[in-house]
Amino acid sequence: MLARYWKTLSTPLIGENPITLQILGICSALAVTTALDTALVMSAAVTCVLAISGASVSAIRNHLPRSVRIVVQITIIASLVIVVDQILKAYAFEISKRLSVFVGLIITNCIVLGRAEGFAMRNSVVDSILDGIGNGLGYSLILLTVGAIREFFGKGSLLGVQILIPTAQGGGFEPLYLMLLPPSAFFIIALIIWLIRTRRPQQVEQPEFRVRGAVEVDTP
Amino acid sequence: MDSPGKALGMALGVALVCALLVSVTAVGLRPHYLANLEAERMAQLASVLQAVSEVTGDIDAEDIEARVVALASGRYSDTLDANTYDARKAATDPNSSVVIPPDLDLAGINRRAKHATVFIVRDPGGTVRLLILPVRGGGYQSALYAFLAVKGDASTVLALKFYEQGETPGMGARVQDPAWEALWAGKRIADETGAVRIGVARGKAVPGSDDAAYQVDGISGATRTSVGVHRLLRFWLGDFGFGPYLQRVRRGEG
Repeated sequence: MLARYWKTLSTPLIGENPITLQILGICSALAVTTALDTALVMSAAVTCVLAISGASVSAIRNHLPRSVRIVVQITIIASLVIVVDQILKAYAFEISKRLSVFVGLIITNCIVLGRAEGFAMRNSVVDSILDGIGNGLGYSLILLTVGAIREFFGKGSLLGVQILIPTAQGGGFEPLYLMLLPPSAFFIIALIIWLIRTRRPQQVEQPEFRVRGAVEVDTP
Repeated sequence: MDSPGKALGMALGVALVCALLVSVTAVGLRPHYLANLEAERMAQLASVLQAVSEVTGDIDAEDIEARVVALASGRYSDTLDANTYDARKAATDPNSSVVIPPDLDLAGINRRAKHATVFIVRDPGGTVRLLILPVRGGGYQSALYAFLAVKGDASTVLALKFYEQGETPGMGARVQDPAWEALWAGKRIADETGAVRIGVARGKAVPGSDDAAYQVDGISGATRTSVGVHRLLRFWLGDFGFGPYLQRVRRGEG
């Protein structure tokens, strides 16, 4: 029993990570990772929404007619996201301003609807909560890694605490401004995917078709 | 096979529960949110003062006088207290606001409060050294709120600081870019005939041109935000905005 719970919770961390394996939720992963604190708050918000929406959808799954299930799922997710957005505006005003529209856009984050439709509709409430938290943590893991790398190399700080002194302020650290621009998140996520797939070759996708007569290159 | 009744019932039930959840949070947390906005507005006012004091020398917070102005006459109100008057609330109340004639409504705000809170800093002699006026208007996709600091002659801009906006990040949101804000210092509001000339140029303001003394560069990639800023300034500095009040200040009656 415990072992199964652990498996539900831990597989989405690396084995089935929503960002690196399923390539979902990339938009927000690019947008909110210029600093570690925004990445942290965004991760917490997505994890909460995933866990609670999973639990709610799972709780009503046996009474949910197939014809209206997506509408109902979206309604639940949208309501939760609005609530989270309001809480952030009330208690974490500065961060919520910097996250701007991206908290609201959790509604359209494919991970949330994907887990509701793909997992919570077929599993118990407890399993769905664990799956939600697991996927949230998998998402968080990538966001926090990218956020930490971008803030450290882009500003020389972590969570706003200056670690390296930039040359402009008399130190010896030349900030890498590319890190603060969106493309850098693509590069970092691509490198993470490459790293994971080198260690776990079973994640590498098979080519959809092969050119006839071309030299066969064995994928590992 | 699902019965349509059950599908409808489930959809309605979930919608009701969700509506309740969202309403309760929104109403319950609104005071916190408004308090945050107010704190931010005060911080922005402080930062306008900071920007202004770089031009004019130090300003003590205690030297700032808040007064409520009747916009139509330009006179100070004796009955309204600047500490308690809520201009934003007044703007939506039919009793304390007026409908702006559509041909004058450059800022696109439909109605404005009859009164506005202004902040005044005086020289020891009592003459006005500078004024800070609240202005607002429609941008590309959001309402823009700003403070405009004007020199005591009521003709020269010291600073324009937007403290609330929801424009596109990296585009229209650059109204808060310090480099763009800095362009406003020293711009003239009106020409000798009294016509309001201040504004945002389409593209770059041409140096040496007739308008250069009045206009700043537009924000590239954010034409509609630039136009919004241009129009809201024209409105608030015009006859239906602070025009009558500025006239009084110019005559030394501020």
